[in-house]
Amino acid sequence: MSASLEKGIRVLKEVIDAPMASYFSSCVHCGLCAEACLFYTETGDPKYTPIHKLEPLRRIYEQEYTLLGRLGKMVGLSKPVTDDELEEWKELVYNSCTLCGRCSAVCPVGNDIVYMVTKFREGMSASGHAPEGIIGAVNRTITIGSPMGVKLPAVKAQMKHVEEDYGLPIPLDVEGAEYMVMLSSMEIINFPEYLAAIAKIMDQAGKTWTLCSTAFEATNAGYQIGNSDLAKVLVMRIVDGAEKLKVKTVISPECGHAYSALRWNGPNVVGRPFTFKVQHIIEVLGEFQELGLLKTEGFETDKLTFHDPCQLARRGGVIKQQRNLMNMVAKNFVEMPDAGYMNWCCGGGGGASAIEEGEELRMEAFKKKKAQLDAVKPDRLVTACANCRIVLEEGLEHYQMDIPVVGLTEMIAEHIPKKGA
Amino acid sequence: MNDMQFLTWVRGTGLDIAVSIFLLGVIWRLFEIYSIGRKQDLAAPRSTPGASGLHTIFRRSVPPEGMMKRSPVSYIGGYVFHIGLAIVVFLFAPHILLISNLTGLSWPGLPSQFIDLITVVTMAAMVLVLFDRINKPVKRFLSTFGDWFTWTLTFLPLLTGWLSVQHLLLPYTTMLALHILSVELLLVFLPFTKLFHAFTVFGSRWYIGKINGHKGVAV
Repeated sequence: MSASLEKGIRVLKEVIDAPMASYFSSCVHCGLCAEACLFYTETGDPKYTPIHKLEPLRRIYEQEYTLLGRLGKMVGLSKPVTDDELEEWKELVYNSCTLCGRCSAVCPVGNDIVYMVTKFREGMSASGHAPEGIIGAVNRTITIGSPMGVKLPAVKAQMKHVEEDYGLPIPLDVEGAEYMVMLSSMEIINFPEYLAAIAKIMDQAGKTWTLCSTAFEATNAGYQIGNSDLAKVLVMRIVDGAEKLKVKTVISPECGHAYSALRWNGPNVVGRPFTFKVQHIIEVLGEFQELGLLKTEGFETDKLTFHDPCQLARRGGVIKQQRNLMNMVAKNFVEMPDAGYMNWCCGGGGGASAIEEGEELRMEAFKKKKAQLDAVKPDRLVTACANCRIVLEEGLEHYQMDIPVVGLTEMIAEHIPKKGA
Repeated sequence: MNDMQFLTWVRGTGLDIAVSIFLLGVIWRLFEIYSIGRKQDLAAPRSTPGASGLHTIFRRSVPPEGMMKRSPVSYIGGYVFHIGLAIVVFLFAPHILLISNLTGLSWPGLPSQFIDLITVVTMAAMVLVLFDRINKPVKRFLSTFGDWFTWTLTFLPLLTGWLSVQHLLLPYTTMLALHILSVELLLVFLPFTKLFHAFTVFGSRWYIGKINGHKGVAV
C-alpha cells in the first residue's frame, strides 16, 4: 500500500461521523481525561492528555465540517494538517495510547475519545505515519498468517505435544463442531498450556470443538494499526473458516484486542453481520460455570489478584465472569484498587507492546500497575490476555517484583478432576 | 447616545439581533453536527440492564470512582458554577418576568437576597476554575483563546447583573444596559464556541452510551 498525506487526509475526512462532530463540539478542555490516562498520570507530561492526541483530527473536522471552519480555511486563518505534524503525533496516537478507554469512561461530556483515536489511526496509517513495529506485525499476519510469524506446522507441533502430554485429542478442521477455537501466536509460542486447558475444559463439558487450519490466529494487527482493509482481510479469514466448518460459536482466546477486533469491529469491517456467535473464552467459561458444565476440585491457597484486560472488561462488558471463576478455584482472591471496570491498563495494549521505541515510556507507565499491586501485595497475578501477560511480566521484571503471572483459563483447567479419578 | 437610548437599544434591536443569531446559530450547528450521520453497528448486540444512551445522559453527571480526588476543583467548582448559573438565570424574579413577557411561561422565583448570595458564590466558583485553568499544567496546556474568551463571556453577565442590582460602580441604567449587552454577546457566541456543549452534551453522552450499550457496557 502506498501511503501519502493526501490519502491520509482523505481517510480522516471519511471517518468523521456525527458522534465525532458532537464530541469535538462538546469538549470544554477540562483535562479530566488526562487524569484517567496512565501515560499522563505517570509522566506528568500534559502532551499525553487524551483529547490532545486528536488535535490534527479535530482541525480537519473543523475545517471540513463546520461553516466557520470552512470560512477560516478559505481566508487562510486555519493551519492545514501537515506530514511533519502527523509524524509528531505518531508517538501520541500509538506509543502513548493503548486504546484502554479510561479517558472515554471519565469524560464528563461523554466524549468517546478512544473511538476517535481508532479512527484517527486510520488516517495515520494511510498517510504513512504508523510505527514500524505494528507495520511489521501487520505484514507478517497478512503474508505468513500471524504477527509473530507462526505458521500452521508450529500449531500442528503444539497440537501433537498436547495430545501426547494429556491424552486428549485436539480436533482440526472438524465440520459441524459447536465451537471453533482461535489462538493468539503468543499462546502458540509462549503459553502452550492454553490449548491443553481448552481440551480439558471442552472434554469435561462434553462439547464438540475444533481448530481451523486456515484460521487459527485470532489477533488483528490491521485493527491496531488502523487499516480497515487489512483488518478486513484478517477478519474474513476467520469468517470463511467458521462458515466453512459450520460452527455455532467462535471462541476468541485470552487476548483483549483479538476479541474487540472480531466481536465488535469484525462485522463492521466486513460489512455484514456474522452467521455465528463470537465469545471470549472467559464468557464461555462463565456460561459453562452457570450451566454446571464446569466442575473443579481443590483451591489455590496463595494470595491471588486479577488484572482485567481493558478490551475484555471496560470495552467489552465482561466483568463478573472472571470474578466468579476466580472464586471457584481460589480461597484468597483479593481485588486491586480500581479493579474491574476502571482497572488500569498494563500499558501495552492496542499494539503499543509491538513498538520498540515506546518501551521506555511503557515502563514509566507501568508504575501505575506497580502501585495497584503494591496495594494488595499478591503472591500471583492472574489475567485473561496473553498480551497483558507478556507486558506485565516485562514490567514486573523491570521493577524487580517477584510476582508470577498466570492465565485464568489454564488455572481453571488445572482444577478439573482427572477422568476416572 | 445617552444611557436611556443605550438601554432602549439593547432591550429592543440589540436583543432581537442577538436572539436571532442565537436561534439560527443553534439550529445551524445542530444540523451541521448531527446531519453527518453514522454507520449502523453490524455487530450482534449484547444487552445489559442500565447500558443505554439515556442512562448515560444522567450517569455522566456523577464523577466516576476515584476521579473527585484527582481533580476536586474541576468537579466541585464545575458543579457550583453550573448549578449557580442555572439558579441565577432561571429563578431571579426579573428574569422570570422577562421570560414571561416573551413566552407567557412563568414560575415562582427566589428571594432577591438569596440570588445575590448565589451570584457571589457562582462568581467565586468561576474565579476558582479560572485559577485552576491557569495553575494546572494540563488545563493550561489545553487552553486556547476560546477558553479565556468564553470564560469572560460567561462571567460578564454575572458581574454586571450583580453590580446593577447592588447599584455599584456605574449608574443603574448604564449598568443594566451593559448587563443586557453582555448577555447578548453570550447568546451570539454560544453556538460557535465551546459553550455549545450546553446543547451537544446530551448528544455526546447519548452516543457514547448507545455505542457502549450495544456492547453491554454501562458507561
